[in-house]
Amino acid sequence: MSHEHVSNTKRIWMVFGILSVVTTVEVFLGIQKPAALHMTNILGMNLLNWIFIILTIFKAYYIVWAFMHMEGETTTLRRAVVWTVIFLILYLVFILLTEGNYIFQVFRDATIKWNF
Amino acid sequence: MGSTVTTANTVGKTWDGGNEPLGASYGKLMMWFFIVSDALTFSGFLAAYGFSRFKFIETWPLADEVFTHFPFAHGVALPMYYVALMTFILIFSSVTMVLAVDAGHHMKQGKVAFYMFLTIIGGLIFVGSQAWEWKNFIHGEYGAVETKGGSILQFVDNTGKRVALEEFADTSIPKEREQLTRGKGKWFMEEGSLPTYSVEQVQAGFKSHPNLLVRIETLNTPETLARTKGLNENPALNSPKQKFVLSRAESERRLADTKLVVEGANLQRNEYGSKLFADFFFFITGFHGFHVFSGVMINIIIFINVLLGTYEKRRTYEMIEKVGLYWHFVDLVWVFVFTFFYLV
Repeated sequence: MSHEHVSNTKRIWMVFGILSVVTTVEVFLGIQKPAALHMTNILGMNLLNWIFIILTIFKAYYIVWAFMHMEGETTTLRRAVVWTVIFLILYLVFILLTEGNYIFQVFRDATIKWNF
Repeated sequence: MGSTVTTANTVGKTWDGGNEPLGASYGKLMMWFFIVSDALTFSGFLAAYGFSRFKFIETWPLADEVFTHFPFAHGVALPMYYVALMTFILIFSSVTMVLAVDAGHHMKQGKVAFYMFLTIIGGLIFVGSQAWEWKNFIHGEYGAVETKGGSILQFVDNTGKRVALEEFADTSIPKEREQLTRGKGKWFMEEGSLPTYSVEQVQAGFKSHPNLLVRIETLNTPETLARTKGLNENPALNSPKQKFVLSRAESERRLADTKLVVEGANLQRNEYGSKLFADFFFFITGFHGFHVFSGVMINIIIFINVLLGTYEKRRTYEMIEKVGLYWHFVDLVWVFVFTFFYLV
């Protein structure tokens, strides 16, 4: 909880290393776009995008936990911040993406052409 | 009334201030609250982006075709390298910030000032890079035409390589319009800048270059492949998850139906495809850039305070932690913008 005021520069540089490696992997995959990942769909999204999103959350975890020092805060504060954001965003994204997909289908199946 | 009267003995520790139920000071707690609300604002933007993208899922522009510039590398398509560099700069400025916080815990004024300075420099480089990215995006590269139905047609040669308007537009045909400026107007009249070429010039140029083809917005998926007519006879031009290239006959037919030449991007239309794409790009990266800019300003103020010894006198460098939280948050948002705008 209260900061022990030990110098943790070593951990900072380690986290920097992790974030850099993950970003490099992301950029590499983004440029290469391996067909095996890009063309395989799992749960409505291709594998490459799943990897990108998981790596992003992985990076976000390190930024919040190590850089913003969330690991040193009380459990209550941690949950008040993290759970609020995560559950609200999941809800929002679910609603909006479902709705966006529905509108896409309406446009696609309509008898009137809207973009030609 | 009796119940509201407080006596000296009930004024105790709990409501008297100086109490930290979450183990964080007032200032830090308020910064966390601000970050939560700001995170929800950004998620609102990104979710709206996702909504529009799902709505136009078959015609959304491909990010790695749009952001291909790198300083001093003209004419070379280098997708993503520049954004990756920007990401590294921002992550590194986050590292220097957290090193400043760490030095603050040890009450090392000089070290705090040094790391704060590096953080400010990193932030400025990032904002500058963002401006350069915007400049390229607004200026555009190849140009396109817009049909009467509002979709964008781009041009490729028979190997599938993109062709810019300037390479084939027939400039011997006079432009039908002259730019209206204040000097030529009868009243205070002017107009936004006209595209370099007119639709007639593009159409004539297309006719005289038989190797040119039109590329439409629609992406090649098994579903769209079955539905789209007039595709090019050469299957090598239409690979999966790329934009469809039309046959020469269909290209001419589509081109006859155009009404506008589009160069670069603005809030109304852009040469990359879906109109909303540029709107979201300007709005989300602009809002993030504004956060970086205000972060730099706040960092400068705190940096001056460090130099003046304000926090030495306070015997605590907690202020560095508070601005640090904000700065890391800006980095955190960029991680998500990077993923959803450039990678996914």
